[in-house]
Amino acid sequence: MSLAFDDYGRPYIILRDQGQKKRMKGLEAYKSNILAAKAVANTLQSSLGPKGMDKMLVSPDGDVAVTNDGATIVEKMEIQHPTAKLLVELSQSQDAEIGDGTTGVVVLAGKLLEQALTLLDKGIHPLKISDGFDRACDVAIKHLESIAEEIDIQANDHEALIQAACTALGSKVVSKRKRELGKIAVTAVLDVADLKRKDVNLDLIKIQTKTGGSVEDTRLISGILIDKDMSHPQMQKEVTDAKICLLTCPFEPPKPKTKHNINISNAEDYKKLYQQEQQYFIDMVKLVKDSGANIALCQWGFDDEANHLLLQNDLPAVRWVSGTDVELIAMATGARIIPRFQEITPEKLGKAGSIKEVQFGTSNERMLVIENCQCTKAVTILIRGGSQMIVDEAKRSIHDAICVIRNLIKDNRIVYGGGSAELACALQVLQYADEVSSVEQYAVRSFADALEGIPNCLADNCGLNPITSVAQAKSRQLTEKNPRIGIDCMELGTSDMKEQKIYETLSSKKQQIQLATQVVKMILKIDDVIAPDDY
Amino acid sequence: MDIVGNVLPQVLKDEATEDKGEMARLQSFVGAIAVADLVKTTLGPKGMDKILKPTGPGQEMTHITVTNDGATILKSMYVENPAAKILIEISKTQDEEVGDGTTTVAVLAGELLREGEKLIQKRIHPQHVIAGWRIARDVALKTLRDISSENDIESQEFHNDLIKIARTTLSSKLITSDRDYFADLCVKAVLRLKGSSNLDYIQIIKLPGGTIRDSYLDDGFILKKQITIGCKRRIENAKILVANTAMDYDKIKIYGTKVKVNSMDKVAEIEAAEKEKMKHKVDKILKFQPTVFVNRQLIYNYPEQLLADSGVTVIEHADFEGMERVAAATGAEILSTFDAPERRDQVLGHCDLIEEIMIGEEKMIKFTGCKKNEACTIVLRGSSIHILDEVDRSIHDVLCVLITTVKNRRVVWGGGNSEMQMAAACEEEAKKVQGKQALAIEAYARALRQIPTIICDNGGYDSAELIQNFKVELQKGNLSSGLNMNDGTVGDMKELGIKECMRVKEQAVMAASEAAELIMRVDDIVKCAPRKRERA
Repeated sequence: MSLAFDDYGRPYIILRDQGQKKRMKGLEAYKSNILAAKAVANTLQSSLGPKGMDKMLVSPDGDVAVTNDGATIVEKMEIQHPTAKLLVELSQSQDAEIGDGTTGVVVLAGKLLEQALTLLDKGIHPLKISDGFDRACDVAIKHLESIAEEIDIQANDHEALIQAACTALGSKVVSKRKRELGKIAVTAVLDVADLKRKDVNLDLIKIQTKTGGSVEDTRLISGILIDKDMSHPQMQKEVTDAKICLLTCPFEPPKPKTKHNINISNAEDYKKLYQQEQQYFIDMVKLVKDSGANIALCQWGFDDEANHLLLQNDLPAVRWVSGTDVELIAMATGARIIPRFQEITPEKLGKAGSIKEVQFGTSNERMLVIENCQCTKAVTILIRGGSQMIVDEAKRSIHDAICVIRNLIKDNRIVYGGGSAELACALQVLQYADEVSSVEQYAVRSFADALEGIPNCLADNCGLNPITSVAQAKSRQLTEKNPRIGIDCMELGTSDMKEQKIYETLSSKKQQIQLATQVVKMILKIDDVIAPDDY
Repeated sequence: MDIVGNVLPQVLKDEATEDKGEMARLQSFVGAIAVADLVKTTLGPKGMDKILKPTGPGQEMTHITVTNDGATILKSMYVENPAAKILIEISKTQDEEVGDGTTTVAVLAGELLREGEKLIQKRIHPQHVIAGWRIARDVALKTLRDISSENDIESQEFHNDLIKIARTTLSSKLITSDRDYFADLCVKAVLRLKGSSNLDYIQIIKLPGGTIRDSYLDDGFILKKQITIGCKRRIENAKILVANTAMDYDKIKIYGTKVKVNSMDKVAEIEAAEKEKMKHKVDKILKFQPTVFVNRQLIYNYPEQLLADSGVTVIEHADFEGMERVAAATGAEILSTFDAPERRDQVLGHCDLIEEIMIGEEKMIKFTGCKKNEACTIVLRGSSIHILDEVDRSIHDVLCVLITTVKNRRVVWGGGNSEMQMAAACEEEAKKVQGKQALAIEAYARALRQIPTIICDNGGYDSAELIQNFKVELQKGNLSSGLNMNDGTVGDMKELGIKECMRVKEQAVMAASEAAELIMRVDDIVKCAPRKRERA
């Protein structure tokens, strides 16, 4: 840590506990930050593309997760370096905004940083670099929009959507069943989509996992699946034409929040109290029954007596339904969530075609399926698989696919994958570079190189020779004026991504380039890091 | 943290580690193969058992478990290696899903990875290996479905199939010498369920004493409880009331209630009121006119006496499962309120005879001639609790397999027949596939063939020769041939009557392939810093 000294050679103390803090500044800080961020990008690099590999992550408690989803990997790596953490947030914001392309965005940021490092070595000022990157980014985005194509999502039984979902699923462990899973995801999204408003509420798609069977057994339930069973073992296991009473109050005597004491001083009171207590249960059940409900779902627990009274009144009931499920059921069945027994009215009941209990495997686990809901808007995807890790990964993959489809419904413009869009942008940026007369020219050119890094990385992961295949694709793009030429990762014999049907959404690609550039700019602006020594 | 030169700044937390590429792959292969090797020796009719000793002070010699059930062994192991954990996970899932084949699934996944490692050493990219495995898996599963046969559920053949499957499953367990006896017992129990898959109806009671041969199937229902003293020990034509209600004293459920009195007289009054409340409850119960009263919660002396006085036999403190079973078997409703005696006929359960019986030295209550005749009890006897535990696990496996068979109805020949046929089909396929994937398909076939090989090895036979002969037999068209582990020859499974449930095999192949693929795809292992725990 550099210090200022007075005439007697004593250091000036500027920061509190200066001796215990570490400080890096200038070039040293830039380089350290870039290297740390690059280390993260390097880890993710091999997960990119259809032949990307997975990462095994062991949590602090020893739980194992295997995944290839960028956002999940960086989140579970528990990164502590402050700059590297920026990349974690980068990946997560891509996940939150778009849901897919979380690996790509980090890899791109890594490539940009790599380029920045060489530029720094050349002695170019960081701000000039970030300025150049900014300009190049604008050019790339503009070009991306010009090469984007609109697709008809309705045509041919939503074929385009399925293909886009397949592209998203192609890099995952479930890629073998990508067609089936893609279809499931498309049907699920279309079931809940509001095509007029071009909006999809993803909360309406519930993804439930259950180990056992195989990924092929994954299916779509046009209704809601809740991991609960009837509160009393002898209640009916199936209710048709269900009228659902959705309660958020327990079948128990009321527990007022204010502290109070009821003092009993004689036997008379004691008896009265007992009777009143009995009356509570009878009233509760009566109120539910009188409203015409034939099933009660409750967020809280039941008293034994209430439970039996429900059974006696042929009123099947489910207890401890989770809050999110309650909301979902309310949306799907049109039920109102009822917080007090007194407020139960027939209008507030939800309606569903059937509710039944289904059983899995040998270990006696049961779940409830609510089907044919009044407002059939909610759907459930039940994911099966050989082990917990597989179903978890399948869940993440399907989530990605669902996000892609949602983005397509919002904005039906696509670009082609396989690195073709990046290559096309790189060529455009390169052309633009020559027009820039200042120092930024070098940064713009480097930006193009960084974009090229994506197809490069794809080719590398697929076991192709990265330099030859990227060079080939580049020259073909130029000579054939075809921005759809990319890397033939699956070795299908054609490099035209339109023929291979590798669709990626324009919004995802745009977001990737913009976010990556932003983060790189941010990292390039840090010239001083002050941290406690033991950090 | 000074970065002169290219020293990487520390990105992960202090104790976290990251292994990349070959190192990561090596680590997962080693872990997975080690786990597979560990359970390998338990495979097949001549497989050996393992002793599991719990860790922790003072427990070393107590609670040991002797077993050859793969899931039980793997569940009890604490492993650090993440890939090994995946294998354990699939074994558990196999146990939950079909109940048997838990060793097979772990061994198959391990063997696949062993073959995979060889391919990686030949510089074949993992993705190519996976592509090949996927083709092979589809071929294997298709073959499995093709070679399986189905019989009508009512037919005698299906009944025979079930017995054969039960025998096959039992042959690798401790009770193999009595397998005919137990196979018959299990099949009878499962057939009583009439197609339902609820294992709850089959109760297993373990009682040390006697020999394994003394175990029997009781068509009634046995509750491991005693009839309260002073009640009749034998009730014919019993009307049973099953309840879950407090019979000690009724707690006041209204929140914040306190009893505060200012004189001794008042105490006595309250006490009397309490007593009366209980008497009231008993009266209400008596209005149902039951002859037997079963309660989940304990019953205090006072209500017990009242009930006994009215000639009602009282059984208290039945556990929850037991009570559900009683209710299911006798067709009773589990009551918690007693205000509707007019529904008497619907809520009371019925059985022809309830009596207290002695099994070994323990008194139990037996319900015979129940309204719903699905429930039954398997009483297991044996010389030690360890043996009983192992027999219990074996019987559980058999019951699971049988139930799966009843649901799925498809059966295949045992003795390694299905694995060999699947392997042969994969090898055929490998000849047709272009590219490097073919090598992986061949590897898959070899891994499948490892299962019968290990079974041979465990039996102490010359596996190389036997497997080759086996291959030739299949080639000749004897599609029902298989390993005869009694004399170490290749025999006809049809004659030996060795059959297995197709669903178990199917699930094993699917789960093992998925797990192997999952592990194969990993090229980077990040271990987070272990969470610091406060030591108590």
